[in-house]
Amino acid sequence: MKITEQEVRYVAALAHLELGPDEIRRMTHELDQILAYMDRLRELDTENVEPMAQVLFPGSENATLREDEPHTPLSHEEALANAPAAGAGQFKVPRVIER
Amino acid sequence: MDLRTATIDSIRSALARREASAREIAEEALRIAREENPKTNACLTLAEERALAAAARVDEALARGEDPGPLAGVPVAVKDNIVTRGLRTTCGSRLLAQFVPPYDATAVARLEAAGAVVIGKTNLDEFAMGSSNENSAFGPVRNPAAPDRVPGGSSGGSAAAVAQGIAVAALGSDTGGSIRQPASFCGVAGLSPTYGRVSRYGLVAFASSLDRIGPLARTVRDAARLLRAIAGRDERDSTSAFAPVPDYEAAMSGDVRGLRLGLPREYFEGLAGGTAAQMEKARALLASLGCELREISLPHTPYAVPCYYIIATAEASSNLARYDGVRYTWRAPEAGTLADMYAKTRGQGFGAECKRRIMLGTYVLSAGYYDAYYLKAQKVRTLITRDFLAAFEQVDAILTPVSPFPAFRLGEKLDDPLQMYLSDIFTITASLAGLPAISVPCGRTPEGLPVGLQLIAPHFGEPLLFRIGDAFERAGGGSL
Repeated sequence: MKITEQEVRYVAALAHLELGPDEIRRMTHELDQILAYMDRLRELDTENVEPMAQVLFPGSENATLREDEPHTPLSHEEALANAPAAGAGQFKVPRVIER
Repeated sequence: MDLRTATIDSIRSALARREASAREIAEEALRIAREENPKTNACLTLAEERALAAAARVDEALARGEDPGPLAGVPVAVKDNIVTRGLRTTCGSRLLAQFVPPYDATAVARLEAAGAVVIGKTNLDEFAMGSSNENSAFGPVRNPAAPDRVPGGSSGGSAAAVAQGIAVAALGSDTGGSIRQPASFCGVAGLSPTYGRVSRYGLVAFASSLDRIGPLARTVRDAARLLRAIAGRDERDSTSAFAPVPDYEAAMSGDVRGLRLGLPREYFEGLAGGTAAQMEKARALLASLGCELREISLPHTPYAVPCYYIIATAEASSNLARYDGVRYTWRAPEAGTLADMYAKTRGQGFGAECKRRIMLGTYVLSAGYYDAYYLKAQKVRTLITRDFLAAFEQVDAILTPVSPFPAFRLGEKLDDPLQMYLSDIFTITASLAGLPAISVPCGRTPEGLPVGLQLIAPHFGEPLLFRIGDAFERAGGGSL
């Protein structure tokens, strides 16, 4: 076994993902299979290999810097238009601090 | 002109001869979309107002005697993970069913600036995660060539819309094959450009070190024209490349004599469902055109699937963290505390495949597993990239099948995630290496299912891909 139901519950908590009991069972089985398959990578010796995080092309170090010129940003109304709950120009969330 | 089979040239000449106005073309495209869409579910939203407004701009430019742009009046569809101002953009997710973006993606803005008419948004696997389009919260897409089969994924709606006659061309996104594989399953051309070639500003992020936007079209030439319009540096995407955008049309000379094409032996093992026979015909046709074909090896290919699914899920788990019930339209109704709101919104909002990938990605990034999985995969990514760079010292481009098999039946792989992941085996390698790759139609199997051949070139080698793909197409490659 690569992964147990207990670990699946722990990872789900890290990911802020609520899973039902059936989902936990199924997920444990599926992740176990997939992770076992991923273990194939251990066959390769990567001792002296640099990790590749991004596809990079040659360019000057400052290439992506631009002039610091002001632009018009989204308005408050536009930025909040998709919020499930908004008020006073802010996103609203359930109370986090008790009075 | 029949819009269902039209190309950019046929629209251009219809406009030039005043046979139709852009408005008439747009109205006809929308009519076809309304009629055809129920057969496949390729489009999630039709953009009637926006399309007619864009067509009116083209007609006004023509009336003033101005150049209406290289894509004037061309009806295009846009994958629904590319944002469109004022036009619902769902990502195929329940979470974003009502999301109306406040801005346009750069690729969409550039298409419209070139005169294109966006007629709708296309179905996809939720957040572009899938290889069959069955992971959409709004139902699967059916393959226009065989309605009991999948169109491929995740840009399944874009490929189906182009094949079915709804749109002359479309935008898709490709992270591990999501343009090329559906293009091959539906029998259209599809390009995943070099990483950085097209701005991702406004592409909803899945795996940022892999994601690209690219065109799907009925011909290689049309795909090249779309790329020409959308490619190039965008200061709103710091990963977009500064490399100048070449004149792709000029590259399509029809002459491919003396080009060295490498056939990696690892990509011709285990082909099924008539794919091997089509590849054999494609190989013979390219040889008859004067290409020099030789066998090569990309020895780390067997490690690409595990490598890709570690990196892509790790990045996805970070990118999808933003869907927390605060900013993007949907929040689980019964949430009490803040933590409860996050967990319930995400637990109820995401579909099964997204949850699986969030879980895998969180696991491989978590303490104790990072080195064994994520760091290891990044190192293997280097080895896979080196395979390609070494191969390009011997050959100009690489020729492979896009997929080991043609379109499979709806439901066939849905309950076996690992089998579904393995269907990406031939496309994810170029994704990991950041290389441009195109899927070109290469005839149909005896069952009538389209097959695609994949050409892979060095970074920024799109002109070479178009040159070979176009020559192959003009020599009858599409009806082999």
